[in-house]
This record gives sequence, C-alpha cells and structure tokens, in this order.
Amino acid sequence: MENYYLQYYLPYYLPLIGGLLIGAAVSLMLVLNGRVTGVSGIIYGATVASTKGDKAWRWYFISGMLVGGFILKVLKPDAFSGGLPTQDWTLVVAGLLVGFGTVLGSGCTSGHGVCGTSRLSLRSLAATVTFILAGVIAVYVFRRLGVFL
Amino acid sequence: MKNNVAALVVGIFFAMGLGISGMTRPEKVFGFLDIFRSWDASLIFVMAGAVIVHFIAFRFIVRRKSPLFSAKWHLPTNTEITFPLIAGSFLFGVGWALAGYCPGPALVSLASFQSRPIIFFVSMIFGMFLFRLVDRRFNIKR
Repeated sequence: MENYYLQYYLPYYLPLIGGLLIGAAVSLMLVLNGRVTGVSGIIYGATVASTKGDKAWRWYFISGMLVGGFILKVLKPDAFSGGLPTQDWTLVVAGLLVGFGTVLGSGCTSGHGVCGTSRLSLRSLAATVTFILAGVIAVYVFRRLGVFL
Repeated sequence: MKNNVAALVVGIFFAMGLGISGMTRPEKVFGFLDIFRSWDASLIFVMAGAVIVHFIAFRFIVRRKSPLFSAKWHLPTNTEITFPLIAGSFLFGVGWALAGYCPGPALVSLASFQSRPIIFFVSMIFGMFLFRLVDRRFNIKR
C-alpha cells in the first residue's frame, strides 16, 4: 500500500479489513460446510491424523490457502517479510511447539481465537487467553535471553 | 464435491484476509506480543474484525436445520476446560512468540518460497506427528 497518509493516520485500517475478510471466510465455511475453520486441526487431519474418508475437503482448504498465498505474492509482495531476526534453530523449536501445542490444545488462533470466541465458547476463550499470555511472557523471556538478534 | 470447492474458496479468502491484515509478517505478531516495547495493536483489530463478523453471522447461520452442503453440523461439542487444553495452548503461545507464525499464516507463507516459513512449517508437521505418537501411547483426553 503506497498511500502514506492513510497508513500514517489510520495504521490499523488494513488489519481491520483483513479481519473482516477472515470473519467472512469462516462464516462461509460454517454456512456451506457446517464446519469450524481451525487451521491447525485441518492440517493435522489432512496429514498425520487418522481421519478416514474426511481428508479431501481439508486438502482443498490447504490448496486454497496456498492459492491465496500466490495471489498475495503477485498483488501484495510485501505481505511476506520472511521472518523474525533469529537463528534458524529457533524456527525448528517454534514449529515443534506450535505443532504439538495446537493439537494438544485442540486449536490455534483461527479455531479458538476467531471461531471459538465468536461462539462464546469458554473453552476457546480460556485457550485464547492462555496462548496470548504465554506469547507475551515468552517474548519477554526470549528477549532477555538474547534470542532475538 | 461442493464441499471441497467451498473449502477451496474459503481457503483463498482466508489467506487474503491474513495477508491484507499483515499477519503473514511475523514482526506484526511479535509487535503485538511485545507489550513492554513499542506495542503494535494490529492483531487486536484483526481478531476484532473477524469476531464481530462471525459472532453476528453465527447467530443467523445456526438457525438453519443444516448447512447448505452437508447433512449436519460439525461443531465442537466439548465444553470442558481441561489440563491438555491449557498446557497445549501455553506451548503453542511460546512457539508463536518465538517464530511469529501460527499455523494459518505459516501455511499461506509457504507460497512465498522463503526458507524460514518452510522450516517452521515442516517442523510444525513433525510436532503434530510427535503428538500423535504420545497420544497413541497415553490416549490423551483433550
């Protein structure tokens, strides 16, 4: 987005528009397929879990996310920054934690944070508060430890 | 088949939403969690936008007997706040802070062919596989 003034005075208009679009997308999934759009659960179900006969739609969703990624790459290449200034091993550790944690915790930012809280699920609300608090604490501790270069 | 096309379309919209909102840039997520420095409230606006739309839409949608392309609803029925829920969410939060990626943005970022989201994503699948191994042994009640 090249509109400097709009970005300067309204730094949060794009996050809000993106958020509304995400809300519309998960609502579409609900009205059409009757499902929660929980990305960690969809990926788990498509890859490692033994969800017999229930894998196709998951792979279609994953494909859609990748198609969306390619569209972004063409139309909005600055959508991808490439990552935080950390050493590569931190990504391996982070990936393990996110993979293990989201399945153990039955969801991530999409399933719990967006879909669950919208349904006023206390379970999802508890999960959302927990992962945000954990994230705040972790950023503080990792910074102290000098993980972020 | 309708189900699959619907999932594909939802995936495209969802990815665009993540990209437009800035959530495929890990420093935006990091900036949100970094409350003791220059705080970036973007993630609040993303969540608020998504929740407002879905909170209202949900109320209307579930009045239907069934979804359009399925005979029944597939909504979570577990309401119990369990130890695995909290422990798992905690571990997820730590990993989320460390990389700045959660599963959705990591998946979308694979399309950028950058090495860091790819390393993260592969490791995330391995983490899910580890859970499966542990779950097989201990049969965790989530």
